[in-house]
Amino acid sequence: MAGGKEIKSKIGSVKNTQKITSAMEMVAASKMRKAQDSMAASRPYAENMRNVIGHIALGNLEFRHPYMVERETKRVGYIVVSTDRGLCGGLNINLFKQVLADAGKHQIAGAEVEFAVVGSKATSFFNNMGAKVVSQISGLGDSPSLTDLIGSVKVMLNAYDNGEIDRLFIVYNKFVNTMTQKPTIDQLLPLPKSDDDAIKHRWDYIYEPDAQAILEHLLVRYTESQVYQGVVENLACEQAARMVAMKSATDNAGDLIDDLQLVYNKARQASITQELGEICAGAAAV
Amino acid sequence: MALLSVNLNVVSAEESLFSGSIESLQITGSEGELGIMPGHAPLLTSLKPGMARIVKKGGDEEIIYLSGGMLEVQPNNVTVLADIAIRGADLDEQAALQAKERAEKHLNEHGNDLDYAEAAAELARAVAQLRVIQATSKK
Repeated sequence: MAGGKEIKSKIGSVKNTQKITSAMEMVAASKMRKAQDSMAASRPYAENMRNVIGHIALGNLEFRHPYMVERETKRVGYIVVSTDRGLCGGLNINLFKQVLADAGKHQIAGAEVEFAVVGSKATSFFNNMGAKVVSQISGLGDSPSLTDLIGSVKVMLNAYDNGEIDRLFIVYNKFVNTMTQKPTIDQLLPLPKSDDDAIKHRWDYIYEPDAQAILEHLLVRYTESQVYQGVVENLACEQAARMVAMKSATDNAGDLIDDLQLVYNKARQASITQELGEICAGAAAV
Repeated sequence: MALLSVNLNVVSAEESLFSGSIESLQITGSEGELGIMPGHAPLLTSLKPGMARIVKKGGDEEIIYLSGGMLEVQPNNVTVLADIAIRGADLDEQAALQAKERAEKHLNEHGNDLDYAEAAAELARAVAQLRVIQATSKK
């Protein structure tokens, strides 16, 4: 059995770790609230935008924007949104697994895959894997701004315009509730079709002022809002996941301390008993 | 059967301002004022700074200021994607008046064409806000 002193110092170090994890838990909890608010604020816009885009994809429009034409899938692009920091449980790994599974399907079908990554975790993961990473951005902080994101999105959109990729997906964690974050892969381009059955006949919009200008304007807004929404959702997920991970780490540290304390007490008791035994034996010998 | 109501969603980048059944919607499109009734043909248009007058089911009115955005009309669904939207009751008349004066001063002061468009847009926004305030207080 280990000596009392070693156990004592072990308990001390676990206690220190517990202090850190419980502080991180509290920080994550307060950040989560903020992130959740900003996510909830921009969610209706992104969802309605998706609906509108779904309708547009269904229609028989006079102006066929390149974003609306389904092409044969030879190359696929993914925008992968991850966190900048670790210690948030399996959040990133679950997401990456999902992406790789999906990308694998495309690769079996003979398509090449490339990635645009957001967040340093995805950057290091896909670089280590040797995947083709066309753009990367990290260090967005707690309140990401659209202007920071535009650059990396633009790379993918340009690639799509030039015919270098034929499909574009955005991958992020969707915030369901504090305990549940769902890895989500949404198709950005070509425009995903709405499953609204009510409008499945042939129709076209009336445009004011004209079709091309308005669609270009709308589609730019669309991609921006979807990517931004992905990033804010992922941020809320990160904080929630970190809070949960740190909470369980704090609890585990507590259990560990209890166990160690028990071992320590036993060791102390044993050494006292032994000492007494030795004294008695010594006295009897005299 | 004629449709009596249509579903409307008004969302801005920051919040959802209105969601529900309406009888009609009056809104400022890029080419002029638009009136949307239930059963309108599909329409896609951009919006100018202006107001949206919503007549809810039952006849109640609500007025919202929009700084611009997009409008999509489907026979059973109308969506307003606004850049910035503020409820009429929440607008600040003093601030709007000041913004208008500032914009007018900018326009008159110098012939530097660089920010002419921006100043004009600001003026349009301020005038639209004032219109919304007037319409709200008249109610």
